[in-house]
Amino acid sequence: MTANSLDMQDTAMHGSRSGQNSMLRRLFAVIRELLGNPSSGFGLVVITILLLTAIVAPLIAPYDPNIVDLGNTLQPPGAAHWFGTDELGRDILSRIIYGTRISLTIITIVSVIVGPIGLIVGTTAGYFGGWYDTIMMRITDIFLSFPSLILSLAFVAALGAGLENAIIAIGLTTWPPIARLARAETLTFRGADYISASRMQGASSLRIIVKSIMPMCLPSVLVRVTLSMATVILTAAGLGFLGLGAQPPLPEWGAMIATGRRYMLDNWWLVAFPGGAILLVSLAFNLLGDGLRDALDPKQR
Amino acid sequence: MNNERLTAFARQTGTILATLVGLLILTFCIGRLMPVDPVRAIVGEEADQATYDMVAERIGANLPLHEQFFRYVNDLLHGDFGTSIRTGQPVINDILHVMPATIELATFAIIVGAGLGIPLGILAAVRRNRPIDHVIRFMTLIGHSMPIFWTGMIGLIVFYAVLDLVGGGGRISDYYIGLVPDTTGFLLIDSMLAGDWEVFWDAVNHLLLPASILGYSSMAYITRMTRSFMLDQLNQEYITTARVKGLSKGRTIWHHAFANIRVQLVTIVALAYGSLLEGAVLIETVFSWPGFGQYITNNMLIGDMNAVMTCVLLVGIIFIALNLLSDALYKIFDPRTR
Repeated sequence: MTANSLDMQDTAMHGSRSGQNSMLRRLFAVIRELLGNPSSGFGLVVITILLLTAIVAPLIAPYDPNIVDLGNTLQPPGAAHWFGTDELGRDILSRIIYGTRISLTIITIVSVIVGPIGLIVGTTAGYFGGWYDTIMMRITDIFLSFPSLILSLAFVAALGAGLENAIIAIGLTTWPPIARLARAETLTFRGADYISASRMQGASSLRIIVKSIMPMCLPSVLVRVTLSMATVILTAAGLGFLGLGAQPPLPEWGAMIATGRRYMLDNWWLVAFPGGAILLVSLAFNLLGDGLRDALDPKQR
Repeated sequence: MNNERLTAFARQTGTILATLVGLLILTFCIGRLMPVDPVRAIVGEEADQATYDMVAERIGANLPLHEQFFRYVNDLLHGDFGTSIRTGQPVINDILHVMPATIELATFAIIVGAGLGIPLGILAAVRRNRPIDHVIRFMTLIGHSMPIFWTGMIGLIVFYAVLDLVGGGGRISDYYIGLVPDTTGFLLIDSMLAGDWEVFWDAVNHLLLPASILGYSSMAYITRMTRSFMLDQLNQEYITTARVKGLSKGRTIWHHAFANIRVQLVTIVALAYGSLLEGAVLIETVFSWPGFGQYITNNMLIGDMNAVMTCVLLVGIIFIALNLLSDALYKIFDPRTR
């Protein structure tokens, strides 16, 4: 009886039985809506290209990104090297192509870490309230009282420079706004009738949070994570540029700009192209995030 | 009523104190996690064990962690922020020395950011979904998405290397260094006081590019917020009422809608001013600007623990203060929150 009615409640919540078919259909609907709008369509296309480039990097890169060719240093963009070569004669286009792998690694790890942490902290704090909520929100307050780059810098200084530590540091600074958002959403659902109903039917707190609250918070958390990725890309590049993130000779875009800086006044292509790549990806995440918000979260439109 | 206010005040004070203690714990942890042996950094590589132990004793490096923490807080309460390992000076003196350069930069930047951002935001809201709105939104989006250090370099290549319109890195050309006495630390004010207009204009020339680029990034934020505040107001019924009563469009916008968002704007500009610290870290590195941002970065790279801890603490305190200030402004100017 209980199981049956919970099932019915599930059905009522999602509108239909959440079979794989309807999930897929919903996904396609969202993608279609994103592509229907030129700006979010642009974002989606750029990020898809980024993803594909990272996967097939060795196939499309014209040169080996690490091969040093001292006879061919600082070549301006031309037919042989579309984006020119750097101070060691390495092909800049190939390095940017391989750099997509590093950017994608950073984005994937950070979002896999911060999304769930933010969601769990936010929903539990909002649902249970009391001292647990107070402590959690004080902690997020402390993190939020810093600009993200400065806090990441401090963590990297503490942990040591390098790509792994940069990822950890960025993750540490990215979850608090997500937790805040999930908590605010939870507070609006907490008093809803269907939550009281499932509590009266004897559902445990864990079940209510996982089955009833988290799915409701998911769309706005997803939007928030996507928008955060724009900042994450910029922070990672900033750390790389300051010499605290990915270290040369890794083809990380920020680190490429840092080494190119010495030669930039006469060789603009050393900094212009990697920076353009950062701008493009960050822009794409901003546009995609805005588009997702319109598609998933109509009430914020 | 009075009692209620007192409780609210006590609660808010408690919140601030809790946040401050958390901040202290955070900076303390960052300092202890740093892969630098503070004793070794002071005594040097060749010191013998006896000297090492003596210094360890003096700075309390061998105490249990919680006692070290109390010592840290106690020192801070007595105004002792520690000594910089690199310069041997009290950290706070070093910071006070570099701060004017950053304040000069940030103040110029916020003038650009707010001076352009607020009118553009209003314009975009009033002409919503018209071409001008799209152009402004595109500009703010670029401002949000650009890596500011890259924009700084492109600016240097275009305006310094190619067009030769502005000064290059640094606050001033090399041959002017040390010409005006260092009275306030603010180069523009110092050169004005000394009446040396050549130095003044050279300093302005060096300030223009980094400040404009920083200003562009805060303009993006300010424009976006102004636009959305303004749209909120323009959608309200009192605006329609005012128009129906026969008020002109300009009057409605300025005397009704804009009047109602002024408090929000002040708080946004205050927060944007604080956020410039973040951009300053990167822009100061690009432009060799000897300010707070460069100071933080350099000390992080060499692992000067006391300096890093104090800088992080300071940034945290500045942001907490700015947030309190904006809350207070709301309470003073917006009767609904009382």
